[in-house]
Amino acid sequence: MTRPVLLTVEGLTKAYPGVVANSDVSFSIGAGEVHALLGENGAGKSTLVKMIYGLVKPDAGTMTLRGAPYAPPKPGVARAQGVAMVFQHFSLFDALDVAENVALGMEHPPKMGALAERIRAVSLEYGLPLDPVRLVGDLSAGERQRVEIIRCLLQDPKLLIMDEPTSVLTPQEVDILFQTLRKLASEGTAILYISHKLEEIRSLCDAATILRRGRVVATCTPRDKTARDLAEMMVGTVLTPPARSEKPKGRVLLEVTRLSVRSPSAFGTALKDISFSVHRGEILGIAGVAGNGQDELLLALSGELRSPGGSVKIDGEDMGDRGPNDRRRAGLVAAPEERLGHAAAPDMSLTENALLSGAERRGLVSGGFIDWAGTRAFAEEVVAAYDVRTPGVGVAARALSGGNLQKFVVGRELSQDPAVVVVNQPTWGVDASAAAAIRQALIDRAMNGAAVVVISQDLDELLEIADRFAALNGGRLSAPRPTQGLTVDQIGLMMGGAHGMEVAHHGA
Amino acid sequence: MFTLEKRPNPSRFWTVATPVLAVVLTMIAGGIMFAMLGKDPVAAIRTIFWDPLFDPQFASYSRPQLLVKAGPLILIAIGLSLGFRAGIWNIGAEGQYIMGAIFGAAVGLAFYPDEHWFILPLMVLAGAFGGWLWAMIPAILRTRFRTNEILVSLLLVYVAQSILSSMALGALRNPEGGGFPGSRNLSQYPAAANLELVAGTGMHWGVVAAFMAVIAAYVLLQRHILGFHIRLAGQAPRAARFAGVNPDRLVLLCFGVSGALAGLAGLFEVAGPAGQISIDFASGYGFTAIIVAFLGRLNPIGILLAGLLMALTYIGGELAQFMLGLPSAAIQAFQGMLLFFLLAVDLLTNYRIRWAFGRAAG
Repeated sequence: MTRPVLLTVEGLTKAYPGVVANSDVSFSIGAGEVHALLGENGAGKSTLVKMIYGLVKPDAGTMTLRGAPYAPPKPGVARAQGVAMVFQHFSLFDALDVAENVALGMEHPPKMGALAERIRAVSLEYGLPLDPVRLVGDLSAGERQRVEIIRCLLQDPKLLIMDEPTSVLTPQEVDILFQTLRKLASEGTAILYISHKLEEIRSLCDAATILRRGRVVATCTPRDKTARDLAEMMVGTVLTPPARSEKPKGRVLLEVTRLSVRSPSAFGTALKDISFSVHRGEILGIAGVAGNGQDELLLALSGELRSPGGSVKIDGEDMGDRGPNDRRRAGLVAAPEERLGHAAAPDMSLTENALLSGAERRGLVSGGFIDWAGTRAFAEEVVAAYDVRTPGVGVAARALSGGNLQKFVVGRELSQDPAVVVVNQPTWGVDASAAAAIRQALIDRAMNGAAVVVISQDLDELLEIADRFAALNGGRLSAPRPTQGLTVDQIGLMMGGAHGMEVAHHGA
Repeated sequence: MFTLEKRPNPSRFWTVATPVLAVVLTMIAGGIMFAMLGKDPVAAIRTIFWDPLFDPQFASYSRPQLLVKAGPLILIAIGLSLGFRAGIWNIGAEGQYIMGAIFGAAVGLAFYPDEHWFILPLMVLAGAFGGWLWAMIPAILRTRFRTNEILVSLLLVYVAQSILSSMALGALRNPEGGGFPGSRNLSQYPAAANLELVAGTGMHWGVVAAFMAVIAAYVLLQRHILGFHIRLAGQAPRAARFAGVNPDRLVLLCFGVSGALAGLAGLFEVAGPAGQISIDFASGYGFTAIIVAFLGRLNPIGILLAGLLMALTYIGGELAQFMLGLPSAAIQAFQGMLLFFLLAVDLLTNYRIRWAFGRAAG
């Protein structure tokens, strides 16, 4: 290609105690190029971009930006040289408005009125309409991301780094974002795009660097490869999709009728009039962009949030106003999204964490006293059955990697012979092989006669394992439909379309 | 330069070793301070830590004082530690201690001068009830109206102190006391007295209760689901709710237990070492117990040792004051150092110190 080279990275190496995050990584990006960094979780993508953004110092290696040596000691220096980054997790304050949030990230913020004008102008120019006086707490996830992007665009960046930007967007919102990114690229801004979503990378990116275990294993032009090729380069093995056999569905095990509850947090989403039922042997997939009531739905099903009697029935038994342990006795197990702090206590051992939710159904407590030997055996059983990599069940939960802890958490719930299983984001931040194992375990549970509810923001995952499909949007649940034959457009509309963000991109 | 690195698992070695290290560091830093004050540091340290227990001249008086002072500290600290572990902050143990003493003493005085075997047991129940009742005020206000339990429990201490003065001057005043404030002396009323059980040891029923509380708390935290829920609620409140813990019930329970134990401590004190309800009955045990609870890192065995150590520095400190003429401020600074070093070296339990020379090391 004839593009002038913007950034060259040579031999970057970064080691943390016990793990080499990046080893001798080299690649380069041209001006106006959209370059993908592709790899599984833990492949070293984040560490690499943190070094480019000045958050982490490399142990070895050099970088060159526009022909000059580049070694930013802190993000402020990187920004001054035209490198901007949009993080996967937003750093915004709910209680402040858009302009105030943008001002907080600036070295020398202009007057509020002038800043608001600039935000309005830039957001319209790039097809990302945004009202500077709205409170961030009231924005959808897609709109919050716009705040982060516009915060970067105001600095007129030469290189924009985006870390998994589409994980919080509906398909329609992804389209809008891609048009914006293409416009930026056409103006000469280079974009370093991190993702593990292969179709996105094929449609957006000019070049891809593929990382595995901290090393560059391949570079390619994504358009010339199939998604399967890319996946196999990324994982390094041949992937097999989960297997399942058709089986007639049985009686209703979970029935939710007109469930409405308020969110426990100030900027949460209340559930409004939700009804659905799940049969024995069936998997119901619930999609939705983050923050549309997923957390609240899990809490309302697990019993952490009480609801009026009659709204939740487990195997015919009314459980609406009962707490978690009553529901466990009735046969419902749940695995919340947040592993550390909700599904598991970070500083407690795996044995103690096994007791956390297993006490009831596994009979680990008698007369108030804990059967530690039985609890340890239960934890060991989960570790063995779900291939949790850990030196032992005595280690603290926080010492496990995300994927291993997730296998433990999901395994702990599925090992309790449940009638109803509710999971939220079962494979978030989990590497591909662990994710496949977890999905297979959920399918197996359904095959063995459980009713399974999978709440997830990963559409591919839901389409792969769910029998029926519904979407949460603003705390309301769409009517469930059979997964077979659903198109991406239909799914996008169920998820709320572009959340009223369509506008702009005239002539794009 | 050095950097701190979080350990994947808390270090077992340092959990045990840090208190010892802290005491050694306190002795060194305190010794330097005493030397700067112109006193012999070795003599001062020996007077504080050694003489109260082993000096032939003082030990006969000081040694029993150790248990007399440590008993209420341990009893109160055990109760507080349960709440502190669950993230429930009862700062008003001093008030519950006072109310326990008033309730218990009132029951005893009501029977005066009758002799029945059940008077002391009844006083024990009344003492625990008084402390429990006083603790229920912040607990219920918090669960009902989401008030801040730290503030309410603390302010109730001052209310309790006013009630104490009013009792000493009014309802519970000794009718044969010639108009002086203060109740009859319970320790001279055999049916109500909490006397030394073994002569020369300082062991009274309150000390026995403290030891029993240590054992019960240990079993609760290690073996009982309630103890597990308490630890869980403190470490990961959301995980506790997921495990089915009702946070409001936990607040009532932790306040109830710590209030009742503080009330018991007050009762045993008023019926024994103090002897009477007087204006200056409150001696700060309820506040010092907060320090003891943290010194013992909220662990029952740790609290037992911390209570004894704290009592020792008090007794030894007094001894050093009149033997060596050390100012009382120096003794308080010394006690402060102990807490400071304990909290500081606590870091080693969860973090590893790495010495980095330039950029290369790692």
